[in-house]
Amino acid sequence: MIKSKIRKYHAAVWDEPLVMDLSQPGRRGAFAPAIEDEITDSVGDPSALVPTALKRKVAPELPELSEFEVQRHYLHLSQQTLGMMGISLFGTCTMKYNPRLNERLVYQPFVAKMHPHQDPETMQGILEIVYSFDEILRDLSGLDKFVFQAGGGADAAYTMATLTRAYHAARGELAQRTEIITTVQAHPCNPATAAAAGFKVITLPLEKDGYPSLEALKSVLSNRTAALMVNNPDDIGIYNPQIKEWVKAVKEVGGLCFYDHANFNGVMTRIRAADLGFDACMYMLHKTFGGTKGGGGPAVGAFGCRKELVPYLAGPTVEKNSDGTYFLKEEGPKSVGRVREFFGNVPVVIRAYSWTRAMGIDGLRDAANISVLANNYMEKRLLAIKGVTKGLPELTKRRLEMTRYSLGELTAETGVTTVDVQNRMTDYGVDAFWLSHEPWFIPEPFTPEAGELWSIEDIDYWIDVLEVVCEEARKDPEFVKNAPYNQVVHKQGSTNLDDPKNWATTYRAYKRKHASKK
Amino acid sequence: MSAKDKTLPQPHPFMANSAPASYRELLRVAEVKEIDEVFEQIPTDHLFKGKWKVPRGIKSEAQLSKHLTSILRKNISAEDYTSFLGAGCWNHYVPAICDEMVTRTEFSTPVWGTPSSDHGRNQVWFEFCSQLGELVGMEFVGLPLYSYGTAAGHALRMAARINGRKKILIPASLDPERAKVIRTYAGFKELNGFLDVVTVKFDKKTGRLDLADLKAKLDKEVCAVYFENPNYLGALESEAAEISKLAHSVGAEVVVGVDPISLGIIAPASQYGADIIVGTTQPLGVHMNAGGGVGGFIATRDEERYAKEYPTLQVSLTGTTVPGEMAFGLTLFHQSSYGSRENGKDWTGNSVYLWAVANATYMSLMGPEGFVDVGNSIIARARYAAERINKLKGVKVLWRDGFFKEFVVNFDKTGKSVKKINKKLLKHEIFGGKDLSDEFPELGESALYCVTEVHTLEEIDALVDALKEVTA
Repeated sequence: MIKSKIRKYHAAVWDEPLVMDLSQPGRRGAFAPAIEDEITDSVGDPSALVPTALKRKVAPELPELSEFEVQRHYLHLSQQTLGMMGISLFGTCTMKYNPRLNERLVYQPFVAKMHPHQDPETMQGILEIVYSFDEILRDLSGLDKFVFQAGGGADAAYTMATLTRAYHAARGELAQRTEIITTVQAHPCNPATAAAAGFKVITLPLEKDGYPSLEALKSVLSNRTAALMVNNPDDIGIYNPQIKEWVKAVKEVGGLCFYDHANFNGVMTRIRAADLGFDACMYMLHKTFGGTKGGGGPAVGAFGCRKELVPYLAGPTVEKNSDGTYFLKEEGPKSVGRVREFFGNVPVVIRAYSWTRAMGIDGLRDAANISVLANNYMEKRLLAIKGVTKGLPELTKRRLEMTRYSLGELTAETGVTTVDVQNRMTDYGVDAFWLSHEPWFIPEPFTPEAGELWSIEDIDYWIDVLEVVCEEARKDPEFVKNAPYNQVVHKQGSTNLDDPKNWATTYRAYKRKHASKK
Repeated sequence: MSAKDKTLPQPHPFMANSAPASYRELLRVAEVKEIDEVFEQIPTDHLFKGKWKVPRGIKSEAQLSKHLTSILRKNISAEDYTSFLGAGCWNHYVPAICDEMVTRTEFSTPVWGTPSSDHGRNQVWFEFCSQLGELVGMEFVGLPLYSYGTAAGHALRMAARINGRKKILIPASLDPERAKVIRTYAGFKELNGFLDVVTVKFDKKTGRLDLADLKAKLDKEVCAVYFENPNYLGALESEAAEISKLAHSVGAEVVVGVDPISLGIIAPASQYGADIIVGTTQPLGVHMNAGGGVGGFIATRDEERYAKEYPTLQVSLTGTTVPGEMAFGLTLFHQSSYGSRENGKDWTGNSVYLWAVANATYMSLMGPEGFVDVGNSIIARARYAAERINKLKGVKVLWRDGFFKEFVVNFDKTGKSVKKINKKLLKHEIFGGKDLSDEFPELGESALYCVTEVHTLEEIDALVDALKEVTA
């Protein structure tokens, strides 16, 4: 039953041309500082300083625009991006408020204009925050040391894969330990980074309880096992209650255990990675810890481990002297080296520190409670909508901060798919829900995550819009299939973009391939 | 629930449903009496029962702001002192509009929508790829990667998938930090996909790649030759075309790393034989951020041979169901790790996509003339600084010709270590060049100085005066 008043909405439509097409000859948007006469007198014509063989002969076809024109163009494009302007319950990404205070701070010179190779005595503020945040994560996880070099969750998974290599290599067992085990509901970055690091990947399928059985795990464990990489809870909201036994079994054969804590929001302050036996874990500071997502980074996958594994961590690490000052410590001989340059996306760590201090241990507890409760609230209302079913309905225990649903019944009745529904919901100012990672084992999936941010009215509105769209689908399926109508542009055409004749990742390629259309 | 219920949340500005009435409504509809009920999946022996060290929250923004500022004020930035540090993270001017765009909530907070609701952002991404493609002279450009080094690592693995060979040549002059990243990506010999990294010497007289050593190391097993222009030590590889020719003669791929801010005045690598171009995006409108401003890219010719090995996501210009309307969609998504898990091309995930907004804005502001302008401003200032420093007693600029913005200063004959000199420069409110004495012991007491468009004549002169004093 619809609770909200459905509001009028239409996305901003500027019909904004490509910036290259706005260009007018001779316009200038920026100048570099003019070269002082003393410099010119000393070095002469700058163009003579470039070796002849390397001189640029043909200018790049960049736009020529005044400063204001560039500003207005990109402002238009920002307005043509829905994101958090409406309601976005994008599951697995834990949409949060990103406090403006943090934006104000990190764009000031004391963060923005810092160089990673400065003398540590001149960067005590940054080092203090990084170190203090490491201490916070140690407390929340029970682990012994965190590093922030990884540029996202996937990069932290890669850090684990590389650490696994270094660990077994140091023990002379790498040639034998070539297998990393994961599960079908683990995020794709786990198997993908394990494979990229050179391991053979073993993926365990789901079983009747919503996770692979302990027996299935044991059947693939051997002296070839290098590591286990798993999420828990997974992003269908199922918690594996046997996880301690899993970790124990993997350790018994000499493997390492990595906890992909992408779905930490619902279990903050309730469980700790170390208490479950894990050797290492990863938190996403741009998701769980209030950092900005930036449409896909800059992000941080905070990687933590037990003290036995600290020598293998990617360097440099931030450490504290006995006098209370901080320094950057280069990695030792056992370290994996570097997974990325420097010691992390520092502004994201600062945002996460700030957010966590604002929340406090009491706020983290409340946030986890509200997230899981809100998900259970959603479930009651969503399952009352005709056409919506719950993934793995036979599992009746309450789900954590996410539940995966299916629109399979609606699709069977109307032909309208979950992607069609997603497109139509944007006509009401509600941005995409998360579908499912590959592989889809629930038909026509969708995965909302309410988190602690969204108000009960926002959640209701989201649910009401879904209900309206389901009704529309039954009344006029073609109408929904051709949505959206109130968005910046209409539904993407049917051109096959995997065909080399069609794809164009640059305007130059587009003009060459599609000259007749311009 | 009684008013004294300890599980009742306290109102917090980041959580609407922390208001008691809202929370109670959630409980009521969800048919939950005690909050612990919703955690019924978690066995009780998994629960943490100890005491936390993390303190209670700071709900007042004024108070939190004061706390953070009191810590961050301990930093001394490149605005407080004059910085001559580069080495993978460079002090270029960031136009105000770049900062405006990356702090727009529409760009800074979202994750992923639909092609129609993300249209504006997708267009920015396409404009980033298109403009970068113009600078580097390539028609196929992926969305950004984590950094210069990770872009190089992925590109070399692309090369290995393309020709099936296992040996990669990298210059001995390469940034040790980027080299470490590349070695991480190259893997271990015990496992799949291992790439054997072999270094090629650099010529101590020029700072450039040693072509004789390159020739000696080239054979039919070489998968790819990687070099940078300018290289880490600042030198421009003026024999780039010859390097590419030699690499191609054994069937190797040529992977070149470039600094895009140089490309108004320096030839794009596509013109001297590059097959895959990688590089940094940080100079294009992104602050240094203590190293948290770095980003990378991969660009190639628009050929299936390359396109089908990209590990990144790519946006393509296309149309909608309405004739003449522009849209953007992902191309070759299924080869990504999102599409194919362990069978995808390496992996991708969150990257530095927000910086693509800054980069696109920067390139649009600069235009073709702006890039010439900034290139000239940098190369002239850097040369002026090098010439003046070279005249100091006991101080020598190793390669005085053929560099862009970075150059190596040797202090051997002053009898003083770079470490000492840089400590003393701090008293003059100067961050001296990056100390190379550990990384390149063969260069003695040397430092890598970086001079860009932000350095004024007065600041360079002040550096020279300070160096004179501290090396005396």
